[in-house]
Amino acid sequence: MSKVNPTDRRYTREHEWVIDNGDETATIGITDHAQELLTDIVFVELPEIGRQVKQLEAVAVVESVKSVSDVYSPVTGEVIEANQKLEQSPELINQDPYGKGWIAKLKMEHPEELQTLLDASGYEAFIATEQH
Amino acid sequence: MNKTPLYNRHVALGARIIDFGGWAMPVQYTNVIEEHLTTRSAAGLFDICHMGEIDVRGEGAFDFLQHVLSRNIDGQQIGQMKLSVLANEEGGIMDDLTVYLLDENHYRLVTNATTKDKDYAWLLKVKEQKGFSQIEITDETDGIGKLDLQGPRSEDILQQIVPANLHQMKYYHFIQTKVLNIPAVVSRSGYTGEDGFEIYAPHDRIGEIWDRLLQAGVDYGLKPIGLGARDTLRLESGMMLYGNDMDETVTPYEVVYGWIVNLGKDFVGRDALDKQFSEGVKRKLVGFTMWERGIARHGYKVFKDGKEVGIVTSGTHSPTLEKAIGLAFVPVELSKPGTTFDIQIRNHFTAAQVVSMPFYKKEKQYVFFNTFI
Repeated sequence: MSKVNPTDRRYTREHEWVIDNGDETATIGITDHAQELLTDIVFVELPEIGRQVKQLEAVAVVESVKSVSDVYSPVTGEVIEANQKLEQSPELINQDPYGKGWIAKLKMEHPEELQTLLDASGYEAFIATEQH
Repeated sequence: MNKTPLYNRHVALGARIIDFGGWAMPVQYTNVIEEHLTTRSAAGLFDICHMGEIDVRGEGAFDFLQHVLSRNIDGQQIGQMKLSVLANEEGGIMDDLTVYLLDENHYRLVTNATTKDKDYAWLLKVKEQKGFSQIEITDETDGIGKLDLQGPRSEDILQQIVPANLHQMKYYHFIQTKVLNIPAVVSRSGYTGEDGFEIYAPHDRIGEIWDRLLQAGVDYGLKPIGLGARDTLRLESGMMLYGNDMDETVTPYEVVYGWIVNLGKDFVGRDALDKQFSEGVKRKLVGFTMWERGIARHGYKVFKDGKEVGIVTSGTHSPTLEKAIGLAFVPVELSKPGTTFDIQIRNHFTAAQVVSMPFYKKEKQYVFFNTFI
């Protein structure tokens, strides 16, 4: 069963989350639903610091034994930090997708983009429609 | 999609179902790594009902099979199985299959799922062309169910429901027995690199055996295992997958199947293979590992000094070795263990090194393992 999706952040239809850190930066990751679908994450390709990404551009790659998936950036901005712990422990995404399994931090160029994304209940409704 | 007789059981167990060559098969029940390690440390049960069974019967069955198989099956005893290649005229691999001698003039070929129809049509064609009018070739697939029980505890588990003494069974040998009073063929063989058994029983009874085995295996840590772990288990053990690592454009000498080709007899593809054997192959399938994390997948390109030289055919994260492993076709001069090359993964290059196979070998070989298969 899926864990509850935190209400302090926003979600994409591509199953990423983003949280506004309050200082024009945002932290991103993939949702609990995404990690459940992937299972067994064994490798994460992290973005380079300083990279500029547009909203919904591929920013990282997560691989499970069976599949490869792009991670799309929920917002436009510059990558200022990547979760280096994932290099040795990619399973952190499976264990704690909304916490220790964060993927990168970005300096947001257009913080208003957050408003274009789903809130927790909208995301849950979206998953429900996707499953049927 | 085709469904095996166990389909509803997989769904009830919460398996994720995928399309495997037109079959709705469980890819995983919990997760691939866990199922993989369970098979290595305890035991795993696999639904393999999708694989093909083709029987060849009658006077001349031996001569016919000597003509279509690369392997010399002269001397094969009833109760013995052999791995062989089914080659086309050019020496290309149409299938890799196992040959069971069930009785005098009665052989069973166990084929890959995706190649069965093609194999069957080919065998009928050769029979017609070469005038093997005495033999009968039948596709038994629909009537036969197959389970693989693999892992170090397999014998303990299966022994509870089979009267014959399994401990005396040698590797690549089989018995025709009863499992739960259901007539069955049980061979000591498999596709995981572990000790284990392949169990063949009537299609409509295989579910009873599945249920009883899962029950009998509870105390031994037995779990149902999906095709995801089947793939990582076979790859760690250096076994190839038809359609991934080889197809009709590949010959046995380009992969590790030279040992099951016997040029001393006449068979379909022999002349082409003889020529290739004397000239030497240009490319070779090798095993590689990578230093960095990441997975080199089927179809990724291999480079040496910036030049494209080969292609990855299988690749995964090895749950036992906890690193990236794979198989790739490279020019023969780059096939020696220790040789390095680069693999393009998306937009960057990762160094890989040729290693001798298999990647994983179980520590304690089964006592009869030295019997040459």
